[in-house]
Amino acid sequence: MGEMKFLSADKLTQWLEELSRTSTVLAPTQEDDAVVFRPYDPDRELRLERQPTMPPKEALFPGSETLLQYQYRKDPENPGKQTVEVRESQPAVNQVVFGARPCGARGFTIFDPVFEEGGYQDPYYQARRQSTLFVTLACSMPENTCFCHWVGSSPSDPRGSDVLLTPVESGYALEAITQGGERLLASELLTDGESVREEMEEVKQAARKELGQAPDLSDVPQKLFDLFEDLDFWDRMSAKCISCGACTYLCPTCYCFTITDEPKGASGERIRSWDNCMSYLFTLEGSGHNPRPTKAHRLRNRVGHKFSYYPRLHDQAFACCGCGRCIKSCPVCVDIREIILSAKEHPHE
Amino acid sequence: MNSAANPYLPQIGTIREIIQETPTIKTFRVTLDDPQAMEGLEFNPGQVAQLSVFGSGEATFVINSPPTRKEFLQFSVMRVGEVTTALHDLKVGDQLGVRAPLGNWFPFQEMKGKDIVFIGGGIGMAPLRTLLLYMLDNREDYGDISLIYGARSPQDLCYTYEFEEWRSLGANLTLSVDHEFPDWDGRVGFVPSVLAEEAPSPHNTVAVTCGPPIMIKFVLKGLKELDFEDDQIITTLEKRMKCGIGLCGRCNIGTHYVCVDGPVFSYAELRSLPAEM
Repeated sequence: MGEMKFLSADKLTQWLEELSRTSTVLAPTQEDDAVVFRPYDPDRELRLERQPTMPPKEALFPGSETLLQYQYRKDPENPGKQTVEVRESQPAVNQVVFGARPCGARGFTIFDPVFEEGGYQDPYYQARRQSTLFVTLACSMPENTCFCHWVGSSPSDPRGSDVLLTPVESGYALEAITQGGERLLASELLTDGESVREEMEEVKQAARKELGQAPDLSDVPQKLFDLFEDLDFWDRMSAKCISCGACTYLCPTCYCFTITDEPKGASGERIRSWDNCMSYLFTLEGSGHNPRPTKAHRLRNRVGHKFSYYPRLHDQAFACCGCGRCIKSCPVCVDIREIILSAKEHPHE
Repeated sequence: MNSAANPYLPQIGTIREIIQETPTIKTFRVTLDDPQAMEGLEFNPGQVAQLSVFGSGEATFVINSPPTRKEFLQFSVMRVGEVTTALHDLKVGDQLGVRAPLGNWFPFQEMKGKDIVFIGGGIGMAPLRTLLLYMLDNREDYGDISLIYGARSPQDLCYTYEFEEWRSLGANLTLSVDHEFPDWDGRVGFVPSVLAEEAPSPHNTVAVTCGPPIMIKFVLKGLKELDFEDDQIITTLEKRMKCGIGLCGRCNIGTHYVCVDGPVFSYAELRSLPAEM
């Protein structure tokens, strides 16, 4: 059991200002009609009362980032010839992500085995991962789109976080989850938290209870595998889908990307950007052949990846943190929970 | 960040020679500018590279020269999209980016002592060329080596200037085009039909095939009719790829990523994967 501290509600902004002196603190901030993670600004209101619109995905995996920079130069000896020089871009960050929900922080535990522990390590992800701490806010009031308990998590899941904050009557109970988290709890604004431990446990239990029972999804990876060639099933599941990709962009665990070059005269950048597996263009080949030509094929791959392929490759973990953003953001009400249950209950032929 | 560890960072290479194979296919012979990198580059037949034209992007091509001939790396590129058009616009002496080697390779060790039947169509000859030349350069390790290679027309056949060398090194070539052409004295017909006519015996034999998806489909069917077992058939796949290192998420067939778990698969392996070609 890690160290336990208490922060009174009226000292929260002071603590964030203190943290901002040594790190960039990314906090849930209202921007137009969305709550997004932005560098903490005391003049802008923090929005901690509910799940942010965007997960903190951009903290470690920016929507668009420079991988390489290149420069063509004319050869002074031979003006008809030019040489190219390539430099790698090096992300330099030192940041604290404050106020993500446990599902948002846990999303990166799905990235880690792919970007850090596979045959190739992604140096851009790694650089940010190693210099980012997560101070996460446990949920006291789950929403009706929340299903973290289906995928082996809970509203106070500490995995992926360095400090877990739980709202209590007069402030927050703070638990250090990692050594990095313990360092953050050294602030003199924090007091001993043993007196609120019991209240904290009650808040956690109440939130978990509110979510209710979760279905057993242990047979879903195999069910989805068996349903692969049942295109009628996937046609039904994807009938409403308009391939807009809102689900993929808002998902804390979706990591598909594209790489493109952005030339500016004789120089330019190679950039990586989030991509969308629900798009026809995602797998379109130069010859015109497309292995995932319809939205049924593409939804099958997205759900299959999260609930069948990824678990088979990575210790049975679902590549889903149950945040429900795909359900909230879908303009045509596709609900991944219904797809999973339909697969689970589909009679085996 | 250690540059040696950055899998996205290409090495710079220079084009030494360009061969116009067909109206739409060019072969590029490339050396890495760092002589030590060129000297130290190790790869196996069937592995691929990502070639960059900075400003246009990257695309995946098989290294179609064998590791037994390392004076240059050879790539054959059909002009179909943005990057391949940019590659076709390059001249001898121009630089490009190279990330290599990537992916897996043909099981050339396990194939020792066996008769080999290559069945190629169009640009699908490129990966077969690597393995064919590797085997011809290690001729005593393999049994009979035969090649059935077809294209739409005589001018769509690649590597025609090498056919005599391949024959002299001990390969048996059967060439075909889709229909009659003046001065064509080879076979006429689609590759799967020529395969059926040639009817190679499956005894102690491995078949290696690459070509357009529709050709592969009927070649697989034809090989099964000739009683080849699933593990006696090897193919190499192509998918749209970006990262080439198993991360970006577009080349997977179920749990398998063609860029790192492939591009070479036996038919036995392919049949265990979901049908999403």
